[in-house]
Amino acid sequence: MSEYRVNEHGYYGSFGGSFIPEMLYPNVEELRERYLAILESEDFQKQYHQLLRDYVGRPTPLYLAERLSERLGASIYLKREDLCHTGAHKVNNTVGQILLAKALGKQKIIAETGAGQHGVATATVCALMGLECIVYMGQVDMERQKPNVERMKLLGAEVRPAMSGSRTLKDATNEAMRHWINNPADTHYIIGSVVGPHPYPDMVARLQAIISKEMRAQLKEKTGTENPDYVVACVGGGSNAAGAFYHYLDEPSVKLIAVEAAGKGVDSGESAATTFLGKPGVLHGSKTLLMQTEDGQVTEPYSISAGLDYPGIGPLHAHLFDSKRAGFLAVTDAQAMDAGIRLSKLEGIIPAIESAHALAALEQMELKKSDVVIVNLSGRGDKDLETYIKWGGY
Amino acid sequence: MTQDSRLKLNRIDQFFQQRNEPVLNIYFTAGFPQPDSTRTILSGLQKAGADLIEIGIPFSDPVADGPTIQQSNKKALENGMTLRLLMEQLKGFREEVQVPVVLMGYLNPIVQYGIEQFCQDCEAVGIDGLILPDLPMYEYQIFYKEFFQKHGLHNIFLISPQTSEARIREIDANSQGFIYMVSSASVTGAKQGISQEQLGYFERIQQMKLKNPKLIGFGISDRESFQQASRYAEGAIIGSAFIKLLEKLEQPEQDIKNFVESIKQPATQSAK
Ligand SMILES: Cc1ncc(COP(=O)(O)O)c(C=O)c1O
Repeated sequence: MSEYRVNEHGYYGSFGGSFIPEMLYPNVEELRERYLAILESEDFQKQYHQLLRDYVGRPTPLYLAERLSERLGASIYLKREDLCHTGAHKVNNTVGQILLAKALGKQKIIAETGAGQHGVATATVCALMGLECIVYMGQVDMERQKPNVERMKLLGAEVRPAMSGSRTLKDATNEAMRHWINNPADTHYIIGSVVGPHPYPDMVARLQAIISKEMRAQLKEKTGTENPDYVVACVGGGSNAAGAFYHYLDEPSVKLIAVEAAGKGVDSGESAATTFLGKPGVLHGSKTLLMQTEDGQVTEPYSISAGLDYPGIGPLHAHLFDSKRAGFLAVTDAQAMDAGIRLSKLEGIIPAIESAHALAALEQMELKKSDVVIVNLSGRGDKDLETYIKWGGY
Repeated sequence: MTQDSRLKLNRIDQFFQQRNEPVLNIYFTAGFPQPDSTRTILSGLQKAGADLIEIGIPFSDPVADGPTIQQSNKKALENGMTLRLLMEQLKGFREEVQVPVVLMGYLNPIVQYGIEQFCQDCEAVGIDGLILPDLPMYEYQIFYKEFFQKHGLHNIFLISPQTSEARIREIDANSQGFIYMVSSASVTGAKQGISQEQLGYFERIQQMKLKNPKLIGFGISDRESFQQASRYAEGAIIGSAFIKLLEKLEQPEQDIKNFVESIKQPATQSAK
């Protein structure tokens, strides 16, 4: 078995596990016992792939960005997750988990959201399946991502503001967990990234793995080889990166680059670069790298991008960092905004600010002419228009 | 010292062997309402007649807690409370307080403190047990049990209405001290009063005849709910209702005494 797959107790190396209050044990245990059988069943596979094709619009293209390649002096391919229905990779996960929730007989869905992309993707599949949907969102995020709040409402979801703590993604996750404790019987919690107690990190990674599965086939078709030199992806919780890395984890010739948000600079005190600033700790059900004080209080992260504004990373990524299987880079707000504007002008693609972090990392890498690089373009920039306008400089 | 503590009977066990009245366990958050409230509240509770005391270690993300205890955690952290400071404050408290005292907290501050150091310091100041809601049984057995036992600390597990019978048996077999029976599917403080459905659950557990004593907590707030719960278990735990008292504390000793009496005083003397 690969050392990068979760073990039977939910660990990736020394990270992961299932640190949940007893009140959540029956739900999480039910998931743990059943998720693999459900995900691997013929029924699930058929419905999942049909929805990915006809509803989400997969496969998403692998696009050779020629003008960007010319600038960087290497072959840069973009995996176009921005073309997914709802505008980001998040929907790959929610399509899978809604089918799982139905298989488990759950009638109600809850989710947390930061940028609102996961909330929109959850509200979307709930509308599709006719299930009740409540999304928790930090009150601060509700203000900076207003259009997504309205999209969720238009899709029939109830959006509940998380008023505790810093009122951002971490607190929305706390509120969703509290809601699940209060409503264990009929509710499934669709976590939006590769975080949370086992089996969530593995389950979400499997549902996002379609990204690298397609990459391999598409790259082979275009270049004759399945394996690029680099795969680059941004990391908030780490779901788009987990999906982009998944089928390359055991292929050591492929270098994996995870890009974190440095905010105003890694050492500015306003950053979300977990591997640079964090230590092992326990939050939201798993042991992972976590930004925290010496006393073990979780610290407030900062990034211009709401989707990367989280004080931890998934346990798989903590393990990839620890084992040095992936390289981790940090990109500031300014570098990301520059890269986002550059892609807009060079290729006619306005990226999500999260994805712009992955693009900005290319500038830090020493690339050779012969290098083949795939950047996972996790989402489109429509939701970020207001932030681009405020930033200006284009 | 460690050698002694293994031979010595834990205060919690000693207490349950002797008790004959319903047990009142009271929770408060360390560092709330004032940074240095800990000792005042501890001795106030002992004098007022609380049987067991649970001190909460404040945490930034208390997922199993409702708004009242969340707020007390937040205020305590703003007050500058830390686990290290709590250990300092607890030095010497056994000169004033004889009832069993347990620490309740989320795992992360303890992980940062260092588990072995933490257990050692708990023993040194005179703590009897730990309630760590996000430490599940599997992790406890593999990584923590050794240290808890070495330092004479009981690990207190939770059960809830959703916990299966088989798992309750397993928890009972692995528990020491008492079992914390969460009264309903909820976070702390969420509900007032006790429903028929809850009574059914209390009865079901009562009939399981567990080897450990049980204390019922979450949503127990007054004399009536305390007495009702005590018919099905050895006693009950009050948290949020006591935190609400602390929010508007005027004369600590007298206010705490009145609170404890309002719950423990026999039915014949009450207005009812
Ligand atoms: C477009 C986009 N990319 C990336 C992320 C970060 O999440 P993850 O690290 O789980 O992919 C988000 C989160 O909202 C997002 O919307």
